[in-house]
Amino acid sequence: MQPSRRKFLKTVCAGAASLIAAPVILKFLEPGEALAAMEKSKLRWAFLVDTHKCIGCGFCVKACKNENEIPYDASVSRTWVERYVVKKDGTVLIDSPKAGRDGFTSPEVEGQTPEAQDIAKAFFVPKLCNQCENPPCVQVCPVGATYQLKEGVVLVDRKWCIGCGYCIASCPYGARFFNPQLKVAEKCTFCYHRIKKGMKPACVGACPVGARQIGNIKDPEDPVAKVITTSRVAVLKDEYGTDPQVYYLGLDRAVR
Amino acid sequence: MTPDPVMIHGMEWTVKELFVYPNESINWGIMIVMYPYMTGLVAGAFVLSALYHVAGKTELKKIAKFALLFSMALLLVAPMPLLLHLQQPLRCEEVFFTPHFTSAIAAFGMIFFIYFIIVASEIWFIHRKFFVAQSMARQGAQGVFGRVAWLFYTVLTLGAFNVDEKSLHDDEKAVVFLAGLGIPVACFLHGYAGFIFGSVKANALWMTPLMPVIFIVSAIVSGIALCILTYSIISLWRSFRAGTKTTLEIEEVSKAAKYLLTFLILAITLELLDMVFRGYTAMKSWAILRSVIFEKDIINIFVLQYVVGNLVPLILLLIPRPTIRRILIAVAMILFGVFMMRWNVVIGGQAFSLSFAGFMHYHLPIIPHNLETYKEGLFGALTIASLPFIFFWIFNKIIPVLDKD
Amino acid sequence: MNRHVLRPVFVALGLLAIILIARTIMVPSDFRISEKGFMYGYHRQGNEAEWENFKVKYRSKKYCEDCHGDEVSGNLSSPHKIIECENCHGPAIDHPDNPEKLPIDRNRDLCLRCHAKLPYPTSMRSEIKGIDPKAHHPEKACFSCHNPHHPNLEDRK
Repeated sequence: MQPSRRKFLKTVCAGAASLIAAPVILKFLEPGEALAAMEKSKLRWAFLVDTHKCIGCGFCVKACKNENEIPYDASVSRTWVERYVVKKDGTVLIDSPKAGRDGFTSPEVEGQTPEAQDIAKAFFVPKLCNQCENPPCVQVCPVGATYQLKEGVVLVDRKWCIGCGYCIASCPYGARFFNPQLKVAEKCTFCYHRIKKGMKPACVGACPVGARQIGNIKDPEDPVAKVITTSRVAVLKDEYGTDPQVYYLGLDRAVR
Repeated sequence: MTPDPVMIHGMEWTVKELFVYPNESINWGIMIVMYPYMTGLVAGAFVLSALYHVAGKTELKKIAKFALLFSMALLLVAPMPLLLHLQQPLRCEEVFFTPHFTSAIAAFGMIFFIYFIIVASEIWFIHRKFFVAQSMARQGAQGVFGRVAWLFYTVLTLGAFNVDEKSLHDDEKAVVFLAGLGIPVACFLHGYAGFIFGSVKANALWMTPLMPVIFIVSAIVSGIALCILTYSIISLWRSFRAGTKTTLEIEEVSKAAKYLLTFLILAITLELLDMVFRGYTAMKSWAILRSVIFEKDIINIFVLQYVVGNLVPLILLLIPRPTIRRILIAVAMILFGVFMMRWNVVIGGQAFSLSFAGFMHYHLPIIPHNLETYKEGLFGALTIASLPFIFFWIFNKIIPVLDKD
Repeated sequence: MNRHVLRPVFVALGLLAIILIARTIMVPSDFRISEKGFMYGYHRQGNEAEWENFKVKYRSKKYCEDCHGDEVSGNLSSPHKIIECENCHGPAIDHPDNPEKLPIDRNRDLCLRCHAKLPYPTSMRSEIKGIDPKAHHPEKACFSCHNPHHPNLEDRK
């Protein structure tokens, strides 16, 4: 091919491409987005829950409620602990009395007290906001009162929330609720005010057995990131395409 | 310090069974049942009036004028249930100020605004001649009331006093244009109400692309039904009070009922298609949906919605030689049926836990004991339901659409 | 066509103008789109700082150690070293300024959170020393025999 011709074709192609690309860039890349694309984020909070370790003491729920000023006697909670008792006949019993705030002190679950020899497996599963990479709760907020930080945490603007409840309806995990006092949407923030200061979230600190941990998944030296990247971890309800960032070790198929 | 823990929104009317996540409750109650119901009535009333203006269905002439003004009354009420269910109703203007358009609710401000302008403009073009006449007649009126009335009608003319033949012809052209434009916008207004539900991927019952279509079709059904019912009752009542023979004609009512029938058949087909498809594909959620549809909510869905609300009125409308009484009974049942459909979608969609391992039962607050149980209870719903009639009564004082023949 | 047909359009534009003017007044100037784009990052930027400044209540064992060094070091040599002081004593907040005294929860229920026996295979709960609360001295407070800081009976002073 002649050099001049090639140059001509190149120019035409580039011109056509930029013509097509121009509106796309104008339309979809806001200044902030373009900036983010250039500067790769070095921090992304992720949570690790080891269901083998959890003993169902509920200190995490207690600490969370106190730390984040969630009415102690309200049934709602930013984090909660579920108990699963899978019997040998296949029945699954699940409960989370008072969101697990007072721990699990009785063998009675869903009105039954299964005998030790009838239990095939039984365990506790702490739950909290998954701080999804694609949070449906943020997508559906009509007024921009909830948003995702570049570190991945999803927050609620308590001064801007109109209380429509659409975010609550759209969360597949039941992580959101209305704050009974403030009348705005409420959710786990990974204790943003603590992790920002280099502290651990209140629930992580309160856990006596290390079943709850937090780390920076972007940092290859981070001990939690190492576990997440090198172990067989699972997430909850992957089928919703939310890309949850709370990883579980030892997640059973009975877990909802 | 913050005040004592108060009632948690939603928990008051929710009874849980088996395993339900601690934060779950029936978050969207009766007001969210009323919301799509009211917008549906708006859309349906508008479509009925547009059938006359656009498709030239002259037999609908009288009911069309009524339907348009009634549609306006309904339109003003449509956002009220949304407003009442907000936990922070005083911040509602944010929907206009910082709309987050990835949310289906954010579009509400815009679509509502456009639709309001279309309906108001159409009413203006139809009744402009009347406004001008009123303004002229009241010129130099005495007394405060007379002066206010004159000013009011003069403002309503928007300063356009020309009522020559050409101007009136332009008005008619504008009405046809607006009615034509209004049909897709009305469908959009309500289709998007269906989208609000259909796009919630977390909810197994709501998430279906058919939801907006089902909503539009059932909206038209209920809107036409309400127009027939209200128009007929007002006509019958007036002639009864005047002691004259009724001017209500069976042709007029049965024509409108024919359109209703078409949309009703379409609505039933789509709803059944949705259910058959869910049952046949039997995804993970089907086990819990089946127990909601065929056990927990079986009376609401099959008896009240399908039999009382769809099947019986369908038969009543299909029997040859219709009478006004039979049509009125049928449309009243259809109105109830569409309400039950909204109920079964909104409440039924929250009747099972996101865990698929438990159920929630809704207990409609009847006797209010605080503001929350009033506005999200039976009396709040009744308030919402009665407002369109009050608004229409006021509008009819300004523009008497029922007197003119 | 007669010009009067455009009048409703002017009214609509007027209403729109009112909304847009009200918007500039009512919406905080820092309400914009962040790095996360319109879908996930459209918000009032000032809210991030509001959350950052939220009050910390749980201060961790290190904070207690400054004044209660003996108790902490004693506790650190016992199996209960894994438990945060504030799990039983409540959040320190700004103690000793506010609150001046921390309440001590001496209820049996507190200990039972971990030590009520639950026969749960595959969970670490079954590996903890547990009791049946109805059979194991139900009338007595746990601390009357066990020191919560060093719970082993042989360590008891």
